[in-house]
Amino acid sequence: MQLGSKAGYAPATMPLRNVFGEALLDVATDNPRVVVLDGDLGNSTMAETVRKAYPERFFNLGIAESNLVGVGAGLAACGLIPWITSFSSFLLCNAYDQIRLAIALSNINAKVLGSHGGITLGKDGPTQMGIEDFALVGGLPTFTMLVPSDPVSMRALVKLATDHVGPVWLRSSRLPLPVIYDEESTFKIGQANIVRQGDDVAIIACGIMTAIALDAAADLAAEGIEARVIDLLSLRPLDVDTIVAAARDTGAVVTAEEHLLTGGMGSNVARVIAQHHPVPMRFVGLADTYTESADPADLLVKYHLTADDIAAAARDAVAAKRAQG
Amino acid sequence: MIDTATATGDLSEVARQLRLDILDSTTKAGSGHPSSSWSAVEICTALYFGGVLRYRADEPWWPARDRFIMSKGHAAPLLYAVLARAGYFDRELLWTLRQIDSPVQGHPIHGLLPGVEATTGSLGQGLSLGIGHVLGGRLNGLAYRVYVLLGDGECEAGQIWEAAMAAAHFGAGNLTAILDYNKFQETGPIAREMGLEPLADKWHSFGWHVDEVDGHDIGAIIAKLRTFPARPDQPSILIAHTVKGKGVSFVETDFTWHGRALPPALAERARAELLQGGPVA
Ligand SMILES: Cc1ncc(C[n+]2csc(CCOP(=O)(O)OP(=O)(O)O)c2C)c(N)n1
Ligand SMILES: [Mg+2]
Repeated sequence: MQLGSKAGYAPATMPLRNVFGEALLDVATDNPRVVVLDGDLGNSTMAETVRKAYPERFFNLGIAESNLVGVGAGLAACGLIPWITSFSSFLLCNAYDQIRLAIALSNINAKVLGSHGGITLGKDGPTQMGIEDFALVGGLPTFTMLVPSDPVSMRALVKLATDHVGPVWLRSSRLPLPVIYDEESTFKIGQANIVRQGDDVAIIACGIMTAIALDAAADLAAEGIEARVIDLLSLRPLDVDTIVAAARDTGAVVTAEEHLLTGGMGSNVARVIAQHHPVPMRFVGLADTYTESADPADLLVKYHLTADDIAAAARDAVAAKRAQG
Repeated sequence: MIDTATATGDLSEVARQLRLDILDSTTKAGSGHPSSSWSAVEICTALYFGGVLRYRADEPWWPARDRFIMSKGHAAPLLYAVLARAGYFDRELLWTLRQIDSPVQGHPIHGLLPGVEATTGSLGQGLSLGIGHVLGGRLNGLAYRVYVLLGDGECEAGQIWEAAMAAAHFGAGNLTAILDYNKFQETGPIAREMGLEPLADKWHSFGWHVDEVDGHDIGAIIAKLRTFPARPDQPSILIAHTVKGKGVSFVETDFTWHGRALPPALAERARAELLQGGPVA
């Protein structure tokens, strides 16, 4: 499985989590107020880069996520900038109330890394997967929610998150992702990026689904359907202008996310489109089911998150648009 | 029908076979937690094959069965190897660990396989489930015992201590925790990452009966477990001093093997060590 290969992107070299580790080290080097908190997973989230370079600014709180979050919030109240790091499943599911009160409701300046988002952590299975993070962070209204899609956007968003004043959630995942962006690309909180132009259908994706959407767009182009691919990047705040323009220009929208459809990114995009410019929509994501332990490539096929699934949804949306005349 | 698993054959040979199954299943899967599994092989051998647990492999949900809850769920390869050897399911299933469409999940999921009592993998949860089984047994008029295997790193989780308090409060004399005290968590030695000591004193102060044992001495484990409960209304914990990666020399001495399967070439070295019972020259 080589994401982005159909669309002509060079094969990925580094797992996204390793890029996160490097980016975290960069912001910790630039800003001495950055501190890193770990839940005994620094070797997995790659937050250990900071442990090695700046041990005095690194705290392993052990397998105790509620305490981890509370300690991080306390550090933030002292004017430090904590990056609180663990698997998204353990953080959100063990320490939701702590995140809610100590960070979200307090509007405290803490950054939370939810690693191993989605199902493509693969073989460790559903107990460790984070398939509900968009929904759960969605329930924390003061949180900015960022989802990088490639190494360049990961580096940029870690920096943006650190500089932003207020609670930020950032999703990381395990698979290597191809480089989609270049030096000229710009990133802003609340800004979606158009990564492929097209006017027949818009595919709004995030995370690993952006590369997969670009592959789908390559297949669709071969059939004469030009897809606009939008990398959402910022799930809150949403880039309403870019979303509405896509609906207006293309008349058919597909969303694609490595997350449950219920409470997911697509439902939030649909809310914007329904209000501003209703068009036929289709949704690619996880149905109401848990997945299983397996190779990521097998999981993407079985749970319908492939380029073929996105292309089929796009054809369907285009057909619905044409049927409406 | 076996109500009491009888200690048949040489239990240390059973332990060796379990280690080999853990090795083969994780190496074939290309991932998993062999070192965490090897750490607790003798504990599970004592429970399932040393006549401690009362179970019926052919009637896995027999209401009066003793419960075993693998709270450190990442030791799933050990649980599966034990259940297969105890006759709960076909041993061939072990080689489908972590593959698509297999019930042999990376971490245990309740009810997917006969004998898997609890969904675990997010650490800290198993002891609470055990208390629920104790209280349920009371209401259902059943006098089974409940055993929960905990990791030492896992004892950093607040929920463990909430459960410790509750178990004593409810006088859960038929609850036994076994602590796989291998002195390592994922990212390093426990003492460096999050000190737990004085650990026996902590459990004691929570109202538990505490005993300690060499966690690789099957006979000693069985003997200690037979002395529980010290009082009918007091939960017991057996702190088992273990070696993470036990049985494979180069894993025993390198904690960074946590959560990694041995690649095939190293797996052959490990097999040779397990077969001859020590490092190979
Ligand atoms: C709530 C939670 N946080 C983090 C993890 C990730 N994790 C898996 S195993 C492990 C270390 C466990 O150490 P220990 O309990 O000592 O078990 P051992 O492997 O040493 O037997 C960690 C941190 C997890 N599974 N659950
Ligand atoms: Mg341990």
